[in-house]
Amino acid sequence: MSETAAVLELRNLRKLFPAGRSGIWARTSEFVHALDGVDLRLEKGEILALAGESGCGKSTLALTLMGLEKPTQGTIWFEGEDVTRQSRAGRQRLCRQIQMVFQDPYESLNPLMTIGEIVAEPLDVHRLAQNREERRGRVEKALEEAGLKPAHIFMNRLPHELSGGQRQRVVIAAALVLEPEVLLADEPVSMLDVSIRAEILNLLAELRERRGISVLLITHDLATSAYLADRVAVMYLGRIVELGETQAVLESPAHPYTQALLSVIPVPNPRKRRERIILQGQPPNPVHVPAGCRFHPRCPKVMERCRVEDPVLAAVGAGSHQAACWLVSGGGSDE
Amino acid sequence: MKPVTGQKTLLSVRHLSVGYESEGKLLPAVEDVHFDLREGEVLGLVGESGCGKTTLMLSLLRLLPVAGRITRGEVRFGGQDLLDLSETEMSQVRWRDIAMIFQGAMNALNPVLPVEQQISEAIRRHDASVSAAQATRRVEELLEMVGITANRKDQYPFQFSGGMRQRVMIAMALACRPQVLIADEPTTALDVMIQAQILELLLELRERLGLAVILVTHDLGVVAEICDTVLVMYGGMTAEYSDVDRVYNHAVHPYTQNLLKAFPDLSQPNARLISIPGYPPRLDALPSGCRFSPRCPAAFERCHQETPGLYTVEEGHTARCFLVEGKV
Amino acid sequence: MSAVTTTSFGTIWRSARRNWMALAGLSMLAAAVIVAVFAPLIAPYDPKADLKVSIDDIYAPPSAAHWLGTDDAGRDVLSNFIYGARVSLIVGFFASFISVFIGGTIGITAGYFGGRVENILMRITDIMLVIPDLPLAVVLVALTKPSLMNIILVIGLLGWTGTARLVRSQTLSVKERKFVLRAKAIGCGHFHILRRHIFPLVLPLLVANTVLVISLAILEESTLSFLGLADPTTLSWGQMLNFAFTRGGVSAGAWWALIMPGLGIVWVVLGCTLLGQGLEQVLNPRLEWHHLSVGPKMVARGAKEERP
Repeated sequence: MSETAAVLELRNLRKLFPAGRSGIWARTSEFVHALDGVDLRLEKGEILALAGESGCGKSTLALTLMGLEKPTQGTIWFEGEDVTRQSRAGRQRLCRQIQMVFQDPYESLNPLMTIGEIVAEPLDVHRLAQNREERRGRVEKALEEAGLKPAHIFMNRLPHELSGGQRQRVVIAAALVLEPEVLLADEPVSMLDVSIRAEILNLLAELRERRGISVLLITHDLATSAYLADRVAVMYLGRIVELGETQAVLESPAHPYTQALLSVIPVPNPRKRRERIILQGQPPNPVHVPAGCRFHPRCPKVMERCRVEDPVLAAVGAGSHQAACWLVSGGGSDE
Repeated sequence: MKPVTGQKTLLSVRHLSVGYESEGKLLPAVEDVHFDLREGEVLGLVGESGCGKTTLMLSLLRLLPVAGRITRGEVRFGGQDLLDLSETEMSQVRWRDIAMIFQGAMNALNPVLPVEQQISEAIRRHDASVSAAQATRRVEELLEMVGITANRKDQYPFQFSGGMRQRVMIAMALACRPQVLIADEPTTALDVMIQAQILELLLELRERLGLAVILVTHDLGVVAEICDTVLVMYGGMTAEYSDVDRVYNHAVHPYTQNLLKAFPDLSQPNARLISIPGYPPRLDALPSGCRFSPRCPAAFERCHQETPGLYTVEEGHTARCFLVEGKV
Repeated sequence: MSAVTTTSFGTIWRSARRNWMALAGLSMLAAAVIVAVFAPLIAPYDPKADLKVSIDDIYAPPSAAHWLGTDDAGRDVLSNFIYGARVSLIVGFFASFISVFIGGTIGITAGYFGGRVENILMRITDIMLVIPDLPLAVVLVALTKPSLMNIILVIGLLGWTGTARLVRSQTLSVKERKFVLRAKAIGCGHFHILRRHIFPLVLPLLVANTVLVISLAILEESTLSFLGLADPTTLSWGQMLNFAFTRGGVSAGAWWALIMPGLGIVWVVLGCTLLGQGLEQVLNPRLEWHHLSVGPKMVARGAKEERP
């Protein structure tokens, strides 16, 4: 496979959902192209931010990686092994390696289970603890690793007794208890109060430092990714349109979509009010993906070629920075 | 964008305090808040969940939930104290003078009625003399004003995207030509690009109609982008109130200072984000002294015992912190 | 698991205490249960005891010896009434247990798995729902031997459709909650998710529904007995009515033989209905709101101003 240590690699991943409601007799020929050929590598110990607007396919990508949706086409590789189509047992094993942190900590905990039961549940499901002491020990360790110290005071509490930040830590603890290699964090802080977001982000950074965990941070907020991520991937209508080191992408975005997206992110400084590139309307319906470059109907720099040919990711400059745009891959001097 | 703000003060809030009755006790949700709103001004009301921002706004319109009580203060609008008005008079003020877009309201549109019908009903309910045809014309005008082509007026809410539904809500709020528009977290559930579109629309409307806007949000970035003045609230009280530049660049209250450091700034990607230790106070368990004192890095003995007053840092800049009192 | 039940039922109990309907219903039902359980201690006569009957003892009006008079066989109406509570309640409890079990299983399975499973199960439910219960029950009971067991089975096997639909819709809403998705992400199997995450959240509603089903079962048993389809040797309120009607109670003007079993049925059915509806009131507003969504009160008041 690959020479470098990619923990997770996606090759040409596609996921189509039948469009419209299908009854018993209805056959549908139209499909939502939720993922439309995604190539992505997550390196060992890396934090990769996957940014994009809602409906761009980033959540479908997370569910597909978790094995909760089956890809229509393409392959998923985990540590050099093709894990796309797995037996039940194989999926269970993979499940321990890839864990997920959800967006809404108020909804993602069962209100009737105590914190101790919630964090112990993965151990019970995977039969990982030999006895009660081991189980309790591992639960306490995971809680403390997630910053809920001392763990024993949380064990018998119920989710509603905890604040949003604490609940998100419980979700993280329940993921950590399986000692996964990869953490998929789907908007982990967007539901939290501003003053405590940083502690959850810092916790993720700390876990990477301490345990070499790889994190795929799914977010619509590039400012948050900028703070945490090593690399950023920008997604539009089911495909990665720009990819590179965080600093390179944020300082010199190559794709017009990234440029627009960056320009509208509010900066908390009134002295830095900038010209915003406001794209009108919203992303097209993923049932009818535009021909040519999928961004061309909204692109302020659209050229003739964009309407016909679909650009692929091409190198921007010398580094690993890539963008799928004809302005980058040549022939695009007529700006 | 600057010169739009006129000199005429539309709304003037003094000593406003609101509480919620709970099991025989009155829990203070808002205490002693002051602010002014001038013509064409965009005021940002910032704070975390439970800090009383929504309660404050609802009390301006006297739309508090059943347990809510306004305990003190005045809300002056055009020389009138709104708190003295009868319920009938107050219902004339709502919508006609002050309109509010409620948090999440865009998801509360009636799903079985076309948007035109929903807006025109609102118009005709407030002014019975308007004929059906006039109302329809007004709806078309309003929709165009918020950037929706008039021929979509017969569509149903589900045919609109989130951003478009928010535009419908804005059109509905503007139906009776109010002077003040209160928008409670209008962009919270929307994508950044749609958020930018909505914010742009609010700025445009203020320019065109001289509308004064109170923008309730937890997003410091949004406030910095479009507001003229900022009121930072913490635990039901004003933490700091001034124009946007002074709040962001010369904040004096430790809460404002730390909140700014907790918010990721794309223009300074390498700055370390801090979080404020602890959690915002609950109404039923307020700390003694300054409400921020348990989480405040600069707190000293006095902060835990006395509640600081609202001190003036300089003309047009107030903060509720003992550190300021010492300086002035 | 103990923590689970204590918390959920603890909260329900706290709110139920403030709900007069639930409290009244509970007391009425409790009174009936006490009467049934302690029947031998309360009843002045043993209805099964051999009795020498003279003509004056038949349909004798209320007197000091027989407070509520006697019936067509000269037996004490009050004692019959007290013992009859046993049969009515036994049928009510067991039949509703059967129908709630069937309805619950079908509803939770259909709601959770969806798709074809749901389609098939819900069509079966619909078919059961459109067949009128009573005629079918009459036919089934008539075809089998009249016994208490058969009555319980027939009522139980026919009465589950409402429960199935209710449980299905509750399951549909619970399974969309994010903690169910998180459980799948952890690697939990379907059975585990149903047991730990779905069932405990459907349970309170199921309990409230059971109480309502009990009242329906008692009514149905009374109806069947009244129509003479029950085992003539078991004494239930419906049976008492049947005897009074078919054996000249009406023409004898023996109102006492008719009113008591009727009142008993009304009492228990009313108690169940009050308790069930009270519980539903307590349970339904338990929608969980979190800080970023609009509270129910705020919507109501805001909406009133906004959308006439």
